[in-house]
Amino acid sequence: MKDVREALFVARNTQGQLVRRPLSPFMLGSAYRAQISSGTSIVHRITGCALSAGTLLLTLWLVCAAAGDSAFSVIQAFLASWIGILILIGFTAALFYHTINGLRHLAWDAGRGFELPTMHRTGWLAIGGTVVATVVFWVIAFLVW
Amino acid sequence: MDKDAPSLHIMRSQLGRARGLGAAKSGLGHWWAQRVTAVALLPLSLYFVVSVLMLAGADRAAMAAYLGEPWNTVLFLLLIVALFYHLSLGLQVVLEDYVSNEATRLASILGVKGLIWFCALACIVSVLKLAF
Repeated sequence: MKDVREALFVARNTQGQLVRRPLSPFMLGSAYRAQISSGTSIVHRITGCALSAGTLLLTLWLVCAAAGDSAFSVIQAFLASWIGILILIGFTAALFYHTINGLRHLAWDAGRGFELPTMHRTGWLAIGGTVVATVVFWVIAFLVW
Repeated sequence: MDKDAPSLHIMRSQLGRARGLGAAKSGLGHWWAQRVTAVALLPLSLYFVVSVLMLAGADRAAMAAYLGEPWNTVLFLLLIVALFYHLSLGLQVVLEDYVSNEATRLASILGVKGLIWFCALACIVSVLKLAF
């Protein structure tokens, strides 16, 4: 072994022999069962990336509105089409999830809510809250649209 | 002796190998900024959701009138700054985690940050243009 980085994974055991230090298995695969803790964590990251993509749409919406009536009517027509509404439903669901689960992360940063029963309960609350908030938003949206 | 046991052919000392591989000493600022923007985005996102509901189906004149209200101009600009700052920090972490090649990682982070600056300024200019 000549690679310096690889050599950092090597240590001596109590017999003084060189051994490769064990690594925990990769997060995906059969080593771990699906659970609410890892699920809410990866979905937080996925929704964060999705919201970043959605922010491109927000940019496009504002730029079209600033550009003029014809550009604005094009983007409004796209957003009102079935694919536009599907994207917007996904965007609002991702926004509500990332916001509610973000509150969990902020609580953990403050050192609170780490007990397993609490953590599992708040995880399901985040999922339930997302569904409720998304449904309420779209009921209001279709009423005022 | 175990034939699978690793053998080292490196002249450097253990200490020399470990030096320089620690923290870059700038992580706390990144971590803190992500939390501060997250807290700022809580009320701003709520404001944005309500604004979008109020602007659903509105024409361009109504949107310009809405964004022309000083409170709305300021809150939209705050939202844009906090939002792009927060997503820039988040996407950087995601790229750092998943892009293992150093050159590709640096290039992708710089590319994403460039796009973020472009979009953020486009949003700010658009809001100001609509407002004034």
